[in-house]
Amino acid sequence: MAGEGEKKAVLEMVQADGADEGCVTFVLHDEDHTLGNSLRYMIMKNADVEFCGYTITHPSESKINFRIQTRGGIPAAEPLRRGLNELSDVCQHVLNTFQDSRGVLWRS
Amino acid sequence: LSTTTTTKKRSLTQETPSMKNVEEIRNRVILGEFGVTNVHTTDFPGNYPGYDDTWNVEKFQKNFRIDVVHLDENSMEFDMVGIDAAIANAFRRILLAEVPTMAMEKVFIYSNTSIVQDEVLAHRLGLIPIKADPRLFEYRNTEEEGSEIDTIQLQLKIKCSRNPRASKDSSDPRELYLNHMVYSKDIKWVPIGNQADVFADCCIGPVHDDILIAQLRPGQELDIVMHCVKGIGKDHAKFSPVATASYRLLPEITLLEVVEGEKAERLKQCFSRGVIDLEDINGTKVAKVVNSRLDTCSREVLRHSDLKNVVKLGRVRDHFIFTVESTGILPPDVLVTEAIKVLMAKCQRFLNELDSTIME
Repeated sequence: MAGEGEKKAVLEMVQADGADEGCVTFVLHDEDHTLGNSLRYMIMKNADVEFCGYTITHPSESKINFRIQTRGGIPAAEPLRRGLNELSDVCQHVLNTFQDSRGVLWRS
Repeated sequence: LSTTTTTKKRSLTQETPSMKNVEEIRNRVILGEFGVTNVHTTDFPGNYPGYDDTWNVEKFQKNFRIDVVHLDENSMEFDMVGIDAAIANAFRRILLAEVPTMAMEKVFIYSNTSIVQDEVLAHRLGLIPIKADPRLFEYRNTEEEGSEIDTIQLQLKIKCSRNPRASKDSSDPRELYLNHMVYSKDIKWVPIGNQADVFADCCIGPVHDDILIAQLRPGQELDIVMHCVKGIGKDHAKFSPVATASYRLLPEITLLEVVEGEKAERLKQCFSRGVIDLEDINGTKVAKVVNSRLDTCSREVLRHSDLKNVVKLGRVRDHFIFTVESTGILPPDVLVTEAIKVLMAKCQRFLNELDSTIME
């Protein structure tokens, strides 16, 4: 199952034959440690995830291999989606807190 | 491995030495004599029995805070407390490389008789920061012709000539020649399309007027047209909006025993100024840690054999002191908000991709 656009792929899923849906390697294009490490942290905080790691296949290519293994038969796309949502919520909260604190400094 | 979801400590008074050790491993980086230990984040669910480390939004929001220490038009220093290094580092990387700005990309050289080569001149022009809000422009599609929504046109037209009013025996080039130093203030904006109306109040041009571009002598001239486009630092460093953006962890200095007298004086010298103060207690000077934030963590104290067992040096692993220095294109607080939005946009991009894949 590959998520391909017309021009170029953004996200692909690679699954070994015979393995269940819980062990999947995602290939994220045009990404590096910026999203890779922060997403890995959020997904590792999920108790259903047995293994989570990412690697940059070659420094000349900007893509990362992101592997998720879940326990309990949960499809691997679910912790990925949850991790992305949680990271997005963290950013939103950081943004709100930053803007509030900045407002306080201007007023004082 | 089953972890019970109990709250962490039984009670503060009943803290055993091993419990304090665990707390230290969980949230301190230890600066030792021969190395730095305990660097990586280990509080993931299942690692520590008795701790519930699953992601908890309420707990994060309760512990998280941002304190802006210093803010002016070019630089800011703020503390981000209660977040993990992975996310703080993501913000730092985005500030350096993925917040877009406008910079000169295409340089059309109609005449360059100066001593500076064309490509060197073009390189220098590209590095000049341009004061234009990149949020009001779009990325340029390489196939299309530049239009008013994605291009800023600038012009540099200058000719050096001999000063007729210079005295005969002077040797100062400032007196002998006119226009012999080409500064960034000589770059003029040429509005295209409706830019003259849209940007009527904010003049578009280089941020600083006094950047020396080239030196000329009489008879040499520069006639150059430049096109600025929107780009990110990942593509070329000229697009980076920050002079630099960095963070450090909050240092923590603990004195393990009472240090007095001459030893206290030497201890004070080992740290940066203002970190350790000598208090007068019953006639003797006793060392006290006043402000560990000022320390640069040189670990000088560990070089002295009688002082190294008296202190414990460490860093608080989730307290980041960010310093953001802008090149002047956007104020530093705007840069931080843009960086946070870039990370959100990255997450959204993959969420959309996941949704479109599932729906196939």
